[in-house]
Amino acid sequence: MAGYDITLPREVITVRHLWAGYDGEMVLEDINLSVYERDFIGLIGPNGGGKTTLFKVLLGLLPPQRGEVRIMGQDVRAGRRHIGYVPQTVEFDRDFPIRVWDVVRMGRLGRRRLLQRYTAQDDEAVAEALRQVELLALRDRPIGELSGGQRQRVYIARALAAEPAILLLDEPTASVDPQVSSGLYELLGQLNEHVTILLVSHDMSAISTHVKTVGCLNRRLFYHREKQITPEMLEAGYQCPIDLIAHGVPHRVFAEHVEETS
Amino acid sequence: MEPFLEALQFTFMRHALLAGVLVSIACGVIGTLVVVNRIVFLSGGIAHAAYGGVGLGYFFRFNPVWGAVIFSLAAALGMGLVQRRTRQRADTIIGVLWAIGMALGIILVDLTAGYKTDLMSYLFGSILTVPASDLLLMLVLDGIIIGVVALFYKELLAISFDETFATVENVPVDAIYLLLVVLVALTVVMVMRVVGLILVIALLTMPAAISGQFVRDLKRMMVLASVLGVFFTTTGLWLSYFLNLTSGATIILVAGVTYLLSLAVTAGRPVWGWLRGRRAARS
Repeated sequence: MAGYDITLPREVITVRHLWAGYDGEMVLEDINLSVYERDFIGLIGPNGGGKTTLFKVLLGLLPPQRGEVRIMGQDVRAGRRHIGYVPQTVEFDRDFPIRVWDVVRMGRLGRRRLLQRYTAQDDEAVAEALRQVELLALRDRPIGELSGGQRQRVYIARALAAEPAILLLDEPTASVDPQVSSGLYELLGQLNEHVTILLVSHDMSAISTHVKTVGCLNRRLFYHREKQITPEMLEAGYQCPIDLIAHGVPHRVFAEHVEETS
Repeated sequence: MEPFLEALQFTFMRHALLAGVLVSIACGVIGTLVVVNRIVFLSGGIAHAAYGGVGLGYFFRFNPVWGAVIFSLAAALGMGLVQRRTRQRADTIIGVLWAIGMALGIILVDLTAGYKTDLMSYLFGSILTVPASDLLLMLVLDGIIIGVVALFYKELLAISFDETFATVENVPVDAIYLLLVVLVALTVVMVMRVVGLILVIALLTMPAAISGQFVRDLKRMMVLASVLGVFFTTTGLWLSYFLNLTSGATIILVAGVTYLLSLAVTAGRPVWGWLRGRRAARS
């Protein structure tokens, strides 16, 4: 590719001076973010800090008030084809009559237009995605009969079935117990060998041990492509005295303690 | 056996049974989508607003069925758009449209001079007077409904299960949703012949609701709902014939009682499981 510098990873998500919100009330203010190929970014922040709103803008579900968003160099509607989206699974209709296989196959919708049937190639991608999350054996299980952790894996498989370049995960461990949660992060770590991952969560300790870089989002974004959550970031992000936040947070998330643990 | 064969000698009885089968197929397929999309109220609104069209037909002296078709389609699109566009109080607006359509129909019928033949049949159904031409129309509508649902099945499933994800996958969510409410409108007019406007919603939702308790796959839910519908209309029809009762209401009562029984069975499942567990533990 002409002009492509092999030494620099490609920028897959570009957000410039983004302002977004609902009914005139701004939730995101002047967001700037560059996500590069094979990044594994965790964004933390308080509830109502705009984590989900940022995802909505990246997915083209909420038009920005100001600013620009590019995905793989394209505008959002075209670029979101490259995104695999894993929503929060809190709101879920347990009685919906659908099997694991059919849920995951929805990941192929973007590849098939209206009136087009799913193909053998789609089936292969669905099977491969289920293999990756180790749920192929449960392909005919109704979704309502799965555990929280299994359901989360199904949603990850659905995102993977689209063969995405980027995975967006909204609170992936919100409704699962800690053991399942660390299993999920291990899986994401493996997937990160091929795909770029951006996730948001309020679970600070889980995020900081598994992701490559962290940021803090509270209306404004504090992200410097670094591994540590700095007290300054937290203070700026949460806008409250830092010792309140530090309570209960593993020490290694703080820059000054890094040498002890690594 | 004898009385059954005797009844089948009547053309109206054969037509009625056939009409029951034909509407049950549409109800099974569309009712399933109505139930999983939680648009039962919206469907009720479409059914009742259709009465405005019936009144229009009487007033301007054209076939009230066409009035019902026009009104139910308009109501479906209007209510569908309201549901999509406004996030809050969509149900209030739907309720208002529902009432306006119904009231308009009543006033127009009032203003129409002369004897209003079979007005009651639109409200309470008239499965015993279905002519052969209507059967053909029902068959065609069944074909259209099954064809459209089959062609757009993957999109209909996607918007029903996870609309946000479908949007992200560039599925034309609004268009598919409006397609669904148009199909609901067509089904409503068809079912109106059998059980009447007031009871349409029951035949649309009860077979699907029962079916949904026993199968965990959308297609199978449609098939089982259709089979149940055939059972309800046929049983109800025979009962009404032998007991000399209103056929539409009898059909609905058969379906309703079965629904309540099925609820008891599913609610009873944990209890059975617990009893079995206790017995196993003891031995």
